[in-house]
Amino acid sequence: MTKDEIKKLQDQALRVREHIIRMSGNGGCFIGASLSCADLTVFLYNKFLNTTKDNLQDQNRDYLFLSKGHDVPALYGTFVELGWMEKDRLKNHLKTNDNIYWHPNRNIPGIEFHSGSLGHLLSVSLGVAVDCKLKKQNNKVVTIVGDGELNEGSNWEALLVASAHKVDNLCIVVDRNAFQANMQTEDLIPLEPLEKKFEAFGCSVKRINGHDFEEMEKAFSSFPFQKNKVSVIIADTIRGKGLPSIEKRADRWFVNFKDEEVEALLKELHGVAKAELTSETLTVR
Amino acid sequence: MNYEDLLYELATNDKRYIIITAENRAAIRTLPQKISDQFLDTGITEQTMVGVAAGMALRGRIPIVHALATFLTMRAFEFIRTDVGIGNLPVKIVGAVPGFLSDANGPTHQSIEDISLMRGIPNMKIFCPADEDEMLKGLTKVFADESPFYIRYNNQKPLVEHDDFEIGKAEIFGDGKDIAILTYGFLFNQAYQAKELLEEKGYNIRLINLRTPKPIDEDAVLNAANDCKLLVTLEDHFITGGLFSILSELLLKNKRTADVLPIALMDKWFKPALLNDVLEYEGFTAIQVAEKIINKLKP
Repeated sequence: MTKDEIKKLQDQALRVREHIIRMSGNGGCFIGASLSCADLTVFLYNKFLNTTKDNLQDQNRDYLFLSKGHDVPALYGTFVELGWMEKDRLKNHLKTNDNIYWHPNRNIPGIEFHSGSLGHLLSVSLGVAVDCKLKKQNNKVVTIVGDGELNEGSNWEALLVASAHKVDNLCIVVDRNAFQANMQTEDLIPLEPLEKKFEAFGCSVKRINGHDFEEMEKAFSSFPFQKNKVSVIIADTIRGKGLPSIEKRADRWFVNFKDEEVEALLKELHGVAKAELTSETLTVR
Repeated sequence: MNYEDLLYELATNDKRYIIITAENRAAIRTLPQKISDQFLDTGITEQTMVGVAAGMALRGRIPIVHALATFLTMRAFEFIRTDVGIGNLPVKIVGAVPGFLSDANGPTHQSIEDISLMRGIPNMKIFCPADEDEMLKGLTKVFADESPFYIRYNNQKPLVEHDDFEIGKAEIFGDGKDIAILTYGFLFNQAYQAKELLEEKGYNIRLINLRTPKPIDEDAVLNAANDCKLLVTLEDHFITGGLFSILSELLLKNKRTADVLPIALMDKWFKPALLNDVLEYEGFTAIQVAEKIINKLKP
């Protein structure tokens, strides 16, 4: 990837973050988790998946499933940047006249399936991947899972099945921001050594910096990592990436920011000044 | 023709069908060899199997999934509700040994809340065949239907040859005005014999086989409520959430009342034993059903 290409992706990711920040007002959103995977969604749609606005119903398209559904603002922001969705539509966030709410709804073009209940889309995407293989199609199936989501046993059950069936067209991307909902993963249900866990389940694993486009390109370009094995990319990310005032903060999981805070965060994103935040996080679970 | 023959025929004629099991091959043992490109075994993983089926359905497939009814409808409940139900995907959920058919397995295997659970899911339809004849007659239409469907698998030998099948239409035997016996599934045979016993004693009986508890045949039920002095619901299911509940809801919705005798499992699991002994012990044989009805009619 050239420096210009990297700069283009970085600029797009910055605009996606602006969209996410705007969605964190007027009822709020899961801002921290959305910001942690924004670079991944930008990379995947620009550089990895063959999915376009025009082939969203084509069975030969690549699929992206967002299992950690609460970070759907990252997808919406990416869709706006790709021209799949009108920017103004994001103002409908949480309005009854649209389908843009805290979790994905597949009535929105580009959303492959609804999610929100954790630990579901690995099995759903496995079904899609198996069907692609049965039909001898070469399309790729990517599923983004959260690290906290890996508490759900259904993921590990689905991995057993995926490995047994040698589903090497499936790529699992773990958004490893090291947080559960309200706690750090290692303080509650430790996941490390995560590579070894996936390897023990028969997967081929790479670990990268989930905010570094060059590392992403290097890792994803060798997909599938091994014939007959599920590929797993553990992407180390930072919850709240781009906003020092909320980065790595357990209490900034879900926030409904006031209008002036949204403006302050937009300035912070562009390095003007750190935002003064008074809105309290919601403890949802 | 049996269940496997039917699946084989459907699958070979329509490549959209895919047969999936969570290592419960009792009803489909010959299919892996015959249609390997339309067969998938996920192992003992009910929830993953249902998720996989939802993914397959997203790709235009019609998945027919197999596991024990109790594990499917309960362990995988949220996957059925969330992936299949919210998705409104045409996944066909075939539950083995439902109700009394799990006979000696014990309460872990007793699927006697499945109707209640499945009917609570929007878009979900339910087919409870009385026996193998009705199951085979119904499945072609059930599998071709665009909705998700829960099927209470039942390959018991038939007592009667059933009418043609239509989703949402009951099969009605007789136009009796004294008593209407409403039932579904495995207990149909007992109900049919109870009808004969009661008729020998001079009672005028109508037997309503509610093949699809959802969608229910409202006209058949309401006509019975209008015409008959006593309605009897007979089901191998907890009293809550099944046919008695469906009838109660239907009557209230239509501002009707009726004299009803519910014969169901009253807030308890049934005594595990061989099937005929279970029926006898729990009071569900034709003779016992007829006695309960006669007792109810005593002044």
